[in-house]
Order: sequence, then C-alpha cells, then structure tokens
Amino acid sequence: MKPTRVEACCHWVEKRFPISKLWNDHMAQYYAPKNFNFWYFFGSLALLVLVNQFITGILLTMNYKPDAKLAFDSVEYIMRDVDWGWLVRYMHSTGASAFFIVVYLHMFRGLMYGSFKQPRELIWTFGMLIFLCLMAEAFMGYLLPWGQMSYWGAQVIISLFSAIPVIGDDLSLWIRGDYVISDATLNRFFAFHVIAVPLVLLMLVFLHIVALHEVGSNNPDGIEIKESKDPWGHPVDGIPFHPYYTVKDIVGVGVFMFFFATVIFYMPEMGGYFLEHANFIPADPLKTPEHIAPVWYFTPFYAILRAVPDKFAGVIAMGGAIVVLFLLPWLDRSPVKSIRYRGGMFKKALALFVISFLVLGYLGTQPATPGAVTAARIFTAIYFGFFLLMPIYTRWEKTKPVPKSLTHTPSLEECIPCIKATFEEMIVKQEVETADGRTSTQLRPNPAGIMAVLVRFAKNLKASLE
Amino acid sequence: MIHEDVNASKRQFLTTALSVVGAVGTGYLAVPFLSQMQPSAKAMAAGAPVEVDISKMEEGQLLRVAWRGKPVWILNRTPEALKTLSEVEGELADPSSNESIQPASSKNAVRSIKPEIFIAVGLCTHLGCSPTFRPEIAPHDLGADWKGGFFCPCHGSKFDLAGRVYRGVPAPTNLDVPPYRYVTDTHIIIGEDAEEKTA
Repeated sequence: MKPTRVEACCHWVEKRFPISKLWNDHMAQYYAPKNFNFWYFFGSLALLVLVNQFITGILLTMNYKPDAKLAFDSVEYIMRDVDWGWLVRYMHSTGASAFFIVVYLHMFRGLMYGSFKQPRELIWTFGMLIFLCLMAEAFMGYLLPWGQMSYWGAQVIISLFSAIPVIGDDLSLWIRGDYVISDATLNRFFAFHVIAVPLVLLMLVFLHIVALHEVGSNNPDGIEIKESKDPWGHPVDGIPFHPYYTVKDIVGVGVFMFFFATVIFYMPEMGGYFLEHANFIPADPLKTPEHIAPVWYFTPFYAILRAVPDKFAGVIAMGGAIVVLFLLPWLDRSPVKSIRYRGGMFKKALALFVISFLVLGYLGTQPATPGAVTAARIFTAIYFGFFLLMPIYTRWEKTKPVPKSLTHTPSLEECIPCIKATFEEMIVKQEVETADGRTSTQLRPNPAGIMAVLVRFAKNLKASLE
Repeated sequence: MIHEDVNASKRQFLTTALSVVGAVGTGYLAVPFLSQMQPSAKAMAAGAPVEVDISKMEEGQLLRVAWRGKPVWILNRTPEALKTLSEVEGELADPSSNESIQPASSKNAVRSIKPEIFIAVGLCTHLGCSPTFRPEIAPHDLGADWKGGFFCPCHGSKFDLAGRVYRGVPAPTNLDVPPYRYVTDTHIIIGEDAEEKTA
C-alpha cells in the first residue's frame, strides 16, 4: 500500500529527528511505579507554574518599565489601564507564591519517601539548585514594582553580602552598581529576573528530568521497580507514564487551578502575605516601613538570620540552613528509603522538622520582640538538629522489613465502607417527638463512640512511631 | 580514532596548550564583563555635598536629608538627651567609637562637632534598614530601661542618642557619622570634612 501524505511527512521528519524515540523514552514507554499517590502531583504542577510564570512574565515586560522613576507607576498602569493587565499581573504574583507552595510540598515528598537517597542524589542536587534559582528569581522579581517593601527588602538582602569579611563591602557595591539601591540596581535586577536566571532555571529543570528519567522515579514504598521485570523487560510494578500519569496529572492540574483561580480572583494579596501592604507605597530611600518582613516563602530563613545575635554568624546560619539541604543525601545513613518502613526516630524527627519550619516561617513574619527571638533560637536549633544529627539517628533506628514488590494502597472507593462504619460509631440515632406530634430521627454525637475512635487513632499513631 | 603513528605526547601538549590559552582568554574577557557591573562614572560623581539650614530646628527635632541617596539624620539634642549618653555607656558595645566610622572631628563622647547637633547616616550597620527615632523614655515595647535612641524595626538593633550600638543586638558597630562641617552657626555642609577645608 502506498503511504499517505501524512505518513510520508512523518517519515521525512523521523529520518532527520528522533521524535518518536524521544516520545517513547520519556512518555509512552517511560515506566513509572504504579502506586503514586497525590504527593506525586507537585512535580508536574511545578512545571505548570513555571510555564505560567514564563507566559505572564513575558506579557508583563511589554508594559513594565525598569526605571526607578517609572517602575512603580508602570505597575499601576498595568493594573488599571492595560486590558486584562490586572489578571496577568495577579497570575504572575500569585504564581510566585504558588511556585513555592508546590516546590516545598514536592521537597517534603522527597524527604518523606527518601527520593533523595541513592541512586537519586543528583536529582536532589539539581532540584536544590532549582530551588536556589527560584529564590534568586523571586527576590529580584520582588524589587521590580519599586514599592517600599521592594526597596527595603533588597537593601537588607544585598547587605547580607557585606557581612562577608574582606570582600563583603566591594561585593555588595558590585551587586548594587551604586552606593545605595538605585536605578542601576533595578535595571540589572530586571535583566537577571527576565533573562539570566530563567535561562539557568530552564536548563536545571532539563537536567533534573534527564537525571530522573535515567534512574527512574522513586515511589511511596521506596522500592526500585527496575529490580523485578516481566519477560518483555518492563518493570512488573511499572506503568507507562503516558497515558496513565498524564491523565492522572490532569486531575491534579484541575484541583490546583481551582485554588489558583480562587486566589487570583478573590484574594490576590492573600491578606498581605502574597503582596505586602507596604509595597503599595512607592519606594522611599529615607524611611524604612515600621514593620518589614520578607514574603512568606523566605520567612523561615529570615527568622534564622534574626535568631543569631551576630551579623556574620547570622548570615552563615541562614546560608547554612540551605547548604544542609544540599547535603541531605549524604547525611541520611538509613538503609530504608520510605517513611513507611523507617523507625519511629525518623518519623518523630521529621515531624519536629516540619513543625520547626512552620513556626520559623510564622516568626519571620512577626516583629523581632525578645520572646519571638528566643523562640526562633529554639526552633533554629531543632532545624539544624534534624540535619546534623541525622547520621546518628538514622544509623541506629530500627527499620521495618521492606517488601519485594509494591504494596496495595486502598483506593478511595475501597475506603468508603470503613469511613462509613467509623462515622456510625461516632453518632447515635434518637427518636424525637416534634411539637406537632410526629416523630423524627435525629443524629446526635455519641461521646463513648468518639472516645473509642480517638483512642484507636492515638494507638495507631503511637504504634507507627515505635 | 586512528592509533597508528600517533604522537600522543604532542597531542596532549596541544590540548593542554589550547586549554590554557582558552582559560587565559576567558579570564581577560571576564574583566570587562564583570567590571561593567561596577558603579558607573555617573553614579560615582553623584556624591555631591548637601547644604542644610538648621536655623529653624527646634529642640528634640529630627531632620532627614538625602546625601548620596542615603538618609542623613540631623538631630537637635536636648540637654536631658545629652545627659543620658553617659548613663547608658555601660550597656554599649563600642562606647568610645573605636570600631566605628566617623570623621576625627566627631570622635568624641557625644559623636558630634557641636554637642547638641548630632549628625549620622540613618542606616543600621547590620543590614541597612533605616532605624526609627524613639526619643521617649521607657515605652512599653522597648522596656523600662530605654533612655531614648534609635530602634531598627528590621532586626531589633538598638542605638543610643549618639548612634552608639547596644550590646547583644545584631548590628556590629555604631551608626556611621558622615563628614560634615559648619559654614556658619546655622548652615551645615554634609559630605565635606571639617579638617579638609581648613587645611
């Protein structure tokens, strides 16, 4: 049979570019473990947010002016006079916060299931570099609206470099391009934010995915699916990424967009956490706002900086808080990857770490009162303790035996009878006579039943921690 | 690769030589690329001195002026304020300003040429926020020991009314005092040293 025009066309491309090989290697025949849960949405969501930032960012540059005299007004111009400018700007500003929410959850997933462990150390390292780039990108982007918080936030962060002995002052002068934050600083931050860092970011995302597809994805059980293969050489516990996970990820995208749109349309400033109130006042080099705090995603590190009463040591502590994350693959000595088969020590340590990260994040948004500083010191110690004591407690903890193949996780439908039974245990039905003489059934809480459920829950929790 | 009759050491030499030349070339190119980020000639020239008229200042008043884009404070200190300076000396990190930046004419107990008129760069020596002026005695948020001074809202550094830093706060040194001189009793030029002009 003679090939059709389309087939001939495809054949022509195929001879010159390995399009179907790429598609198969990374989508249709890329085998991923079949037991991914909702924690595995955040990688693809991060990619979605990245695309959102690129598109809205390009649109914003069409009307934004990177000039100290014009910047603030040009942002207001985008918000008021440009058709749909407000939407594009809110998508970009909300996207920045969404990026960090998604990335923090993505990192926590890695922490829980040991996705950073051998043989995925490089995936983690590339991921951490992406995180670093993201922080640079967010920081420099925040200067661009040229509001009070933009100005003084940048002043503080650039001054961090001046704490470095010997070269510090010259280095911060070189970064600013002036003796104070000025037009020169704004202009170069624009260049970095719009061209330099996004290019590096894109490259790192590429490396992150190449490294991932080389070793294959980890999973909630922390088992290497490549170790047991069927006669055709495919992992027994694997399913092709496309269509299984592309379709699954679309569900995640749907849920994410629901929340994303809610923030954009109903609470774009998020009560001063996504866009800070002081940033609606143009930058004034003579006056610092009464209360200055970074945007929420930097506050844990900011709280660590403030907790140390010495300038240089504070900067070291803040930098160290990120450096220890890089070292994670080599700090963890446990033979087991997933939290499901780890001992109670790691579970408790991880819980403490999450609490300390959240509390530090809260403290970073608050004024530096003596009480807050003391609390920040305690939680800074816990933060570092989680990492620095890791070689000790992961080596000695008692792990559970890891199964040979993936375990079955009950689906939502299978859970329904169990949830129903628990619910019925907690309530009691009462026949009540109403005023007009009829009887009706009322549901009342059953204290004994609730107690029994809570005790059972507490017992399960305690058992899992031992 | 053809392996017959290959002069391996020659090949190795050429590879090394080319790498070295390339590295040197990259180094030379890095100089203009990196230096173009230094402050431009225009930014360097913008540090012109500022003249300020202080004849209308009242006692206890703080005046903010911009010099080289930085906030400069001019504070007219009351006699009571001057008295507190010696009272707080025990709690300061650098009471005699040995580690701090100021012109020689202001390196004294009150850190100024005329005791009542205090002039300083209004940027915290920690991370460059502009501290708030808190002249009141013992406000509830700063504690009963507060004798008046400057408080940095960013990281909680405290300074007395001569810009001297308290112990146990993040700021390492006292507030910088810029070079300045009196043209007349009520006119100050900020950015020119007192000695330089007379010399």
